[in-house]
Amino acid sequence: MSDSPDVFNYTKKELPSNFIKFGYAAFVVGLVLVVLSLFVDNVRSAFSGVMLLMFVASIGVGSLFWIVAEYLSGAVWSTPFRRVAEFLGAVLLVLPIIALPAYFNMHDIFHWTHEEVVKTDHYLSAKAPYLNVSFFTIRTIVFIAIWVLFYFLITRNSKLQDSTKDQNLTRKNIKLSAVFVPLFALSITFFAIDWLMSLEPHWFSTIFGVYYFSGTVLAALAAITYIVVTLSEKGYFFQGVKEDHYYSFGALLFGFVNFWAYIAFSQFLLIWYANLPEETIWYLQRWEGYWMYFSIGLIIIHFVVPYFGLLAQPSKMSPKRLKFMSLWILFAHFYDVMWITMPTYQEFGYIPGWIELGYAIFAIGLILVIFNWKAGKENLVPIGDPKLKRGINFRL
Amino acid sequence: MSDKILYSLTGLFDTPDEIIAAAKKVQAEGYTKYDVNTPYPVHGMDSAMKLPMSRLPYVAMVVGLTGMFLALFFMWWTNSVDYPLVIGGKPYFALPAYVPIMFEVTVLSASIATVVTMIAIVFKFPNNSHPLLDTEYMKHVSVDKYGISISAEDPKFNYESVKSLLESLGAKNISPVYFKDEVINFKPNTFEPKFVLSLIGLFIVVSGLTYVTLNKLMYLPPFDWMMEQSKVIAQERSDVFEDGRGMRTPVEGTVARGFLPYKYKDNPDAAGKFLVNPLPATEENLQVGETKFDIYCSPCHGYLAEGDSRLKGQFPNPPSLHSAKVRNWSDGRIYHVITEGQNAMPSYAYQLSREERWAIILYIRALQRSLNAKESDLQ
Ligand code: HEC
Repeated sequence: MSDSPDVFNYTKKELPSNFIKFGYAAFVVGLVLVVLSLFVDNVRSAFSGVMLLMFVASIGVGSLFWIVAEYLSGAVWSTPFRRVAEFLGAVLLVLPIIALPAYFNMHDIFHWTHEEVVKTDHYLSAKAPYLNVSFFTIRTIVFIAIWVLFYFLITRNSKLQDSTKDQNLTRKNIKLSAVFVPLFALSITFFAIDWLMSLEPHWFSTIFGVYYFSGTVLAALAAITYIVVTLSEKGYFFQGVKEDHYYSFGALLFGFVNFWAYIAFSQFLLIWYANLPEETIWYLQRWEGYWMYFSIGLIIIHFVVPYFGLLAQPSKMSPKRLKFMSLWILFAHFYDVMWITMPTYQEFGYIPGWIELGYAIFAIGLILVIFNWKAGKENLVPIGDPKLKRGINFRL
Repeated sequence: MSDKILYSLTGLFDTPDEIIAAAKKVQAEGYTKYDVNTPYPVHGMDSAMKLPMSRLPYVAMVVGLTGMFLALFFMWWTNSVDYPLVIGGKPYFALPAYVPIMFEVTVLSASIATVVTMIAIVFKFPNNSHPLLDTEYMKHVSVDKYGISISAEDPKFNYESVKSLLESLGAKNISPVYFKDEVINFKPNTFEPKFVLSLIGLFIVVSGLTYVTLNKLMYLPPFDWMMEQSKVIAQERSDVFEDGRGMRTPVEGTVARGFLPYKYKDNPDAAGKFLVNPLPATEENLQVGETKFDIYCSPCHGYLAEGDSRLKGQFPNPPSLHSAKVRNWSDGRIYHVITEGQNAMPSYAYQLSREERWAIILYIRALQRSLNAKESDLQ
């Protein structure tokens, strides 16, 4: 029964050509729309730029989180697919570039950059030592640098292992991961506070970092799941990608859908309970005009649909359902980021337009192009990893 | 060996893949009474053994949903129907606050119901024995081996053929399991003294610990730190203030919302002359008057205002309000009595709003009319 395929006979294959073509097409179309939008509606485009940054950062740093989580927990089932996360994590490298459009329009996006306002506003001037342009810039650079650094260190060891088969590299990566986790917790919290929470500089929620984190890891997991299922259906991994592997992805997705809902509800419940005007304002804004439907939509799209879509045991193992649900969850995360960002741009009513669509297409294209570029250069399976064989033979 | 009754033939495997293959094979051979024992739930076993779906999830769902709706119903009924209280400025029916409780009750009732159902129906409570318990086989499959046990009761069972089947599957430690004497002679006895005594013992220990924790331990430092806080408690003295009074009097000149100064202080005649009842004698106003009269006035004046106090001589009985004197008083004059009090009767200005006082007067007029009707009322 245990006819484990000889993993060391792995031969590298080109990715399916329509996968690559789709990536390029989305990238080009998205780029055209993005550039166009910069000329048509500079401010709206800048807000969409924040969404783009946060979404791509989610995929990148979320993937890095899953790599680290695998090393730290000693998981084996995910080892055969770790490269997918490693390739997706490469989007971290372009974060500085996609942060630029938003960065150069900070004045239109962030209320607290207006010095004359800050002077007359008690709260903003009290927050000024933290919320000022130069410190903000430094923080953004530091956070992205931390992510890129650890991404580079960890994936370099992993790549090196392909040829050297040195088990010590795994041990090194475990140590790196242990160092990264606290840095990750801090950086993602403050990154979310800087780029999303400070859109509404008077507002604060102590759980906000966790809220963004929950969406981040969910989105990255969905992206990984989608690519793994798609490629393994075409026979890219190994013969026996079994229901056990699929089930693990499905169960994790389901778990993190619930985690997101739990955090989102906790944030809402505490603010609703305390009923302090400076906190409730954020939710009231999202209950105004069209935003009300948008908020109800968030509950349905981000929780109800994926919850019931992944609830039953067979649905966690069905490749078709997994592919659909992971695309759905990616959409839900974009929707979530939009729900956080856009009320600052348009307070009462808001209908997503071609600019947001363009940025969304661009995000997909960008992620795919980077993934394809990495997949073209490196092995899709970490053939030197000591856990690989056990991972392939994994049984629940 | 001959005097023992065979229960089953067992075999052990090393990997989950092997046990799944073995289960598939045994199932395909047409055996019906066999079981698989593994240290943890092996995924895919249900389909390998072709087991029908367990019915336990239905119990969990039905009881869980019942728990959820009961919790919701209970909170809705207590908080919004039976005893509506404004808490933290929230509506009486505050759904977000109910969500965590509904969630907890759902999980709690579903899990308890599942466990109880399993013990009662699947394990056939009070049965607590099984031939496989206390065997070498069980020691292996509860640690690191995967075992299959084919029952001798199976219609297809034949010692030699089962043995060769297990051998052909590659099973190790193929060994028979016999019924133990205790199992054969087992008579369930729920009220066995040992069992009952240990229940009682458990009860005493748990309630004793609870008593000590709640009544003694919680009053010892550091557990009592939360009890003594430097905050003001209603009706209690407080050292924070110089005069030691916890409840502060309003700053001098403070006026409540909607407050109007009473112009006719100590001047009943002017009140009777100039004050006019602003309320029309509608059913609604009379209703308010009746309610408030019954609450605030009737203890002394009686439900019909005849001076029949319910205070059993603890307070001087007031005169009847049906006297010619009061009947001839203007509304304003009665208003003055309610507002200022009169001799032994205290003022009701704090308890009753202006409108409520006037409504009470409308009601008193109605009571007076009921005993001293005019000619015209009879027609
Ligand atoms: C604590 C018992 C008590 C309550 C409650 C009470 N009263 Fe009186 N009331 C009296 C007493 C005693 C007198 C007689 C006072 C006196 O000796 O002048 C009186 C007198 C009166 C009089 C004047 C009767 C007269 O013949 O001089 C009126 C009118 C009156 N009450 C109305 C009310 C109304 C209306 C209420 C309800 C808001 C009310 N009372 C509640 C005890 C009470």
